[in-house]
Amino acid sequence: MRSRKTPWLSVALWSLLSFVTLFPIYWMFVISMKAPVELFSTPDILLRSLDWSNYVEVLESPTLRGYMVNSLVISSGNAVLVTALGFLACYALTRYDLPGKESIFFWTITNRMAPPAVFLLPLFLLLTQVYRIGDFSLLDTRIGMILVYCTFNLPFAIWTLRPTLDAIPKELDEAALVDGASAWRVIWDVILPLARPGLAVTLILTWVFAWNEYLLAATLTNFTARTLTTGLSEYVTTTGTAWGIMAAISVFTLIPALIVFSLVQRHIVTGLTFGAVKG
Amino acid sequence: MRLKRTGFGWLLLSPTLLLLGLFGVFPFLYVVWVSFHEWNPFAANPEKVFNWANNYRALVFDRGFLASLGVTLAFVFFAVSSQVILGYLLAQAFMRDFPGKAFFRTIHTLPLIMAPIIVGSVWKLMTTPSIGIIPYLLRNTVGFDLNIGTSALAAFVITVIMDVWHWTPLVTLSLIAALVSLPPDPFEQAQIDGADRWQIFRHITLPMIAPALIATVFIRLMDAMRTVDEVLMLTGGGPGSATRFLGVHIFKEVFPRTNYGYGSAVSVIVLYLTIVVCWLLYVGLIAPRTTRR
Repeated sequence: MRSRKTPWLSVALWSLLSFVTLFPIYWMFVISMKAPVELFSTPDILLRSLDWSNYVEVLESPTLRGYMVNSLVISSGNAVLVTALGFLACYALTRYDLPGKESIFFWTITNRMAPPAVFLLPLFLLLTQVYRIGDFSLLDTRIGMILVYCTFNLPFAIWTLRPTLDAIPKELDEAALVDGASAWRVIWDVILPLARPGLAVTLILTWVFAWNEYLLAATLTNFTARTLTTGLSEYVTTTGTAWGIMAAISVFTLIPALIVFSLVQRHIVTGLTFGAVKG
Repeated sequence: MRLKRTGFGWLLLSPTLLLLGLFGVFPFLYVVWVSFHEWNPFAANPEKVFNWANNYRALVFDRGFLASLGVTLAFVFFAVSSQVILGYLLAQAFMRDFPGKAFFRTIHTLPLIMAPIIVGSVWKLMTTPSIGIIPYLLRNTVGFDLNIGTSALAAFVITVIMDVWHWTPLVTLSLIAALVSLPPDPFEQAQIDGADRWQIFRHITLPMIAPALIATVFIRLMDAMRTVDEVLMLTGGGPGSATRFLGVHIFKEVFPRTNYGYGSAVSVIVLYLTIVVCWLLYVGLIAPRTTRR
């Protein structure tokens, strides 16, 4: 049916596409490697020399270092929390005969699909006025951000884990229960080891979503819990001309995503379409 | 025994329900409740005062909001339709055997995991007149001055291009997955019967990839409706209100003002519109298919 010749048109199209995909990212690296003086001459596509001063400046800034630590703590804390809770919830929804469990599955996903901008105001008001114990409010705290990110990451974890848990035969749980294992032991010793690959993918993807988040972090933190993504925008608005620094912060923000990309590349499309498409 | 097991199931589910309740459902109910009040803590009367649907009435005459709604719908339309058309063509081009397929596919997945704010930053570095390569090349080759800081049209077009750059891969890769799984028989039969390319596309390919296509368009529409981060970074919503999409409008115009009642009404309406768009799509595309079977 299809011709045996090499379809050069396809090759040309996909080569062009790869160039278009990669060039903007390459350009960011180029800008990050330039001293401020060089930036005001004519744009130069080639990287003539490596100037690391922008990176050094980012790493030497105590503020930005603090933001990096916050980003790490918040995204790691959130990823562990949602993967653990999502695993338990998904296990309950796939194994137990709970009334309305399909509705619960669907309801969880609506939390992910609602525009985050809509939640800015209510979350801000709730965090400042309602969810507080005495003087302690969740606003501008790492734990607050870890909890807030559950809104979009927890449904994602549940939906990503569903195929994994569906694939583990229920007879296994039942056999273990008949042998006298407690329900917790079944989860811990039987299901958990088998679900490990799915859990790893979930952990990694939820981590990167939390790491990448900007909007909620920008409105629900002021100083102590600010993340690297908010630092990026801060830098741009206050010192609009520090392009090299901006590019360097972008690179720092991008690096973990690149690592994630190399680890779970195969699962990204499936994850982003909630399993509607097996990528 | 069975009751106990169900109880244990609810126990496992409870932390999830609690968290989603506290940070998903309750904020939603709260914002609906606040939206029916006059509430500005820095006004003369800082207390909440019930004011019926006055906030919603004001919304209908709010030019900023209506302009924002208009550009959002235009953005969603241009971005998603370009992504679907481009994505399909690329997916078809991918169906032939050619050297380096796996490599190209890997490259193509890359934008999908990038933080939206980084995408915005990347495109800002590409298109800002003094440092960007695109305005430089356009000026020196065709003599066109691209300035996303002053030209409303240029800013809007660049945001669409940025979104296409960011999300076309999702459409392409979904469609590749769908096309790869199709059986070859109907296509061979249609060719033997003398069907032309368009007929094959219209009557065989399209119906067979429809589920994956609809799912992808659905997800893209939802995501395009709530685009914020990358636009904030690239244009900040400007110039004027050219790229002030609904999310940007809430972030930049509604949230900083402390008019909480009115802001809540805006939030509720944006959520409502997102749901309506999705519901229309569901009724129009998905429901007829499932009932027909």
